[in-house]
Amino acid sequence: MMFLMATIAILIAMALVVVRAIRGPTVFDRVLAGNVIGTLAILLLAVVGFLLGRPEWLDIALTYGLLNLISTLAVLKFFRHGDLAFVPKEPPKL
Amino acid sequence: MEAYILMALLLLLTIVTIAIVFQRSLFAVVILAGIYSFLMATAMIVLDAVDVAMTEAAVGAGVATVFFLASLHLTRAREYPRPRAVWLPLFVAGVVGAALIGGTYDLPLFGSAASPIHQHIAPHYLNESMGETGVPNVVTAVLADYRSIDTLGETTVIFTAGIGIMVLLRGRRRRRGEDKDDVDPGARET
Repeated sequence: MMFLMATIAILIAMALVVVRAIRGPTVFDRVLAGNVIGTLAILLLAVVGFLLGRPEWLDIALTYGLLNLISTLAVLKFFRHGDLAFVPKEPPKL
Repeated sequence: MEAYILMALLLLLTIVTIAIVFQRSLFAVVILAGIYSFLMATAMIVLDAVDVAMTEAAVGAGVATVFFLASLHLTRAREYPRPRAVWLPLFVAGVVGAALIGGTYDLPLFGSAASPIHQHIAPHYLNESMGETGVPNVVTAVLADYRSIDTLGETTVIFTAGIGIMVLLRGRRRRRGEDKDDVDPGARET
């Protein structure tokens, strides 16, 4: 019952995020929506895995986390520099 | 239970697809395509096709987003308004769609055990693959052993396509003269 409620809540959250990605007036709404849908997919996999009795899906959810990072990083680099192959002239100060 | 989760995911997929078609800002289309891939991969995992889902997530949400962004850098970020005459393309699309839907009536029923694909060679794979290849997973045995030459060919095609894209993108950057440092003088005159 608990997992079922969590699944329903995550699906509703996904619907809200999709609405934000479609309507979102600024670019960053959409970037955030793209990132959050990845996070929600991870959560959904974990919860549905327990709901359907397949808890080993947790490993796949971890891999999703890694993949989610790549596209978000690429999008943000594209907006920071306007180019994916940008190489800074001097190393950034940390 | 599984069916309801799948229905919710497919409903979201439909909404995203329609939004992609009507969206004019190409950057939003890239993000929506990434969302589409994540939803699709989740639906595939719910359908128990984990390997396909991994490919979809890695290629669709990861690499394809990067490629789309790289091509957005080379083009404009906004789609042109649609041309006036939409009736002929709509007609062609409708006819092709109707033909495809008509073709599905001759297909065997979904999941039917009597369909040719389950009668031809699948029983051999299921019964003999452990003895013949020693791989416990049948899908892996088919991909990496029975069809290994085919898999090698696929890998070659994808590798060649990747090299071609890299060559095209590098040539474009050199012509713009953005990277003066790592280009030798002779290459700039071509």
